[in-house]
Amino acid sequence: MLTIRNLKCWYGGIEALSGVTLSVGQGELVALIGANGSGKSTLLQAVCGLLPGWKGEISFEKVPLNKKKPQDIVAGGICMVPEGRLVFGPLSVLDNLKLGAYLRYRKRDHYGIKKDLDKIFSLFPILAQRSGQHAGTLSGGEQQMLSIGRALMARPKLLLLDEPSMGLAPLVARLIFDTLAELREDGLTILIVEQNARAALMIADRGYVLETGRMVLAGKAKELLADEEIKRAYLGKDYARFTEGRA
Amino acid sequence: MKPILRNILVYGAFIGVVAAYGLLEKSTYYLQLATFVGLNTLLAVGLNMLMGYAGQISLGHAAFYGLGAYVSGMLTVHLGWSPWATLPCALFAAGAVAYVVGLPTLRLTGYYLAMGTLGFGMIVNILFREFRRFTGGPSGLPGLPELTIGSINLSHGANALFLVWGCVIVAFFICERIVDSRMGRALRAIHYSERAAAAVGVNTASAKLAIFVFAAVIAALAGFLYAHMITFISPSTFNFLASVKLVAMVVIGGMASIWGSLLGASLLTLLPDFLHVFAEYEMIIYGLILMLVMIFFPEGLFKNLVKLYERAKNR
Repeated sequence: MLTIRNLKCWYGGIEALSGVTLSVGQGELVALIGANGSGKSTLLQAVCGLLPGWKGEISFEKVPLNKKKPQDIVAGGICMVPEGRLVFGPLSVLDNLKLGAYLRYRKRDHYGIKKDLDKIFSLFPILAQRSGQHAGTLSGGEQQMLSIGRALMARPKLLLLDEPSMGLAPLVARLIFDTLAELREDGLTILIVEQNARAALMIADRGYVLETGRMVLAGKAKELLADEEIKRAYLGKDYARFTEGRA
Repeated sequence: MKPILRNILVYGAFIGVVAAYGLLEKSTYYLQLATFVGLNTLLAVGLNMLMGYAGQISLGHAAFYGLGAYVSGMLTVHLGWSPWATLPCALFAAGAVAYVVGLPTLRLTGYYLAMGTLGFGMIVNILFREFRRFTGGPSGLPGLPELTIGSINLSHGANALFLVWGCVIVAFFICERIVDSRMGRALRAIHYSERAAAAVGVNTASAKLAIFVFAAVIAALAGFLYAHMITFISPSTFNFLASVKLVAMVVIGGMASIWGSLLGASLLTLLPDFLHVFAEYEMIIYGLILMLVMIFFPEGLFKNLVKLYERAKNR
């Protein structure tokens, strides 16, 4: 569904990604893990069209995404939940969700939007309770739910998530991951970028490990979870239970 | 149903106040002062859409005000057109200039956008001054015709007041509709974070351009009304200081608040008039009052007054 070949990106003069290859198949949940500064977020931004000047090949459903504008990529069916959530603080929760459906309003799909709103409210009931509140007054976890809800309002075929567990209490992070697993069951294709390697690999089908701009490992999520090298570098030994919200 | 009812009440009261003032006030001076409040409100509400909602600062907004006035002024004085025939030309000219200027300028953000629009405003003002053959140069362009329909003169007294405030009410209505629409949400999203707005699929460049053109057209309308009311225009009305004053109206009235534009424009238009009694201390007191407003009403008059009212109600 999404194919990336030999992707190179630059931040200023620094090469952030030096030739990365990755693919996500229809209905898959793929996890991309790696430490700070390994280039994970850069990759997502390149896919979304937010980072101009990348070289290589990114194609979605066999259509190359070179030179495409962010709005065209969203219209094509890719939607991102950005790092740090980036909900629109001064706007109400409901307006945030409606913004997610921005491109669908142009097509006058009011009935479909209403139905999807109800779906998001049943997925995250807390958002329904707070629909009139300013998004900036929500807690971190609620903002993350809102950010995911906002992305889903665009009815994406592929959902990208950038560090969805960042700064969340373990229990809340777990709830978010469970929701992602549920969405996958419903047939959504998901690419998730995470530092919380264990939690991400637990729900993923396949995983990739990125290190300073290079893909160093790829494989089935179960195998990666068992890999000694990854255990040492990313999973930690004894603290895992405490830090990852998943016993 | 309830918000609709509230809207009818608010607009009804607004129209009632304007009508009562226009019918009861007999002094031409105060009628004209109130008309000026209306003109400034029109300018401020347009700029507020751009600055308050979309978060794009413009320090050259008076240029569009001037373009509206000069395009209409030159066509009527030199070519003898009817003022009404020049109205679409003035609006179109301002909109077209905004489009061409906005295309590169709106790629800038923050201070750089402020500098870009500042430069644009100054260039337009210099053109007004130097194209003497057409604009009359620094001494201005006299002899503009007044606005009439049949035998009714719309450039004097209560009629001018009704015309200008009629435009204000229509502009308020349109702006409120925009704010509540998909476009309004997109603008507020851009104000908060352009990247995040792009990530949900908003074409940020074209949304910013659209609201820039909209604000320019509203300003040109105000320029048109001004030109044919005063029947004389000169470059100094549309200079950099005029742009700054418009920004001050928006900030003092309240960013991202349509009714705040009314308060900001009223305060900055009426205050100098009330302060004349202080003679040489006038400007000092004027500055002091603006400072106090910003200290005690940092979110602008409208939002802070609403908060005060709600606090008093809950007590």
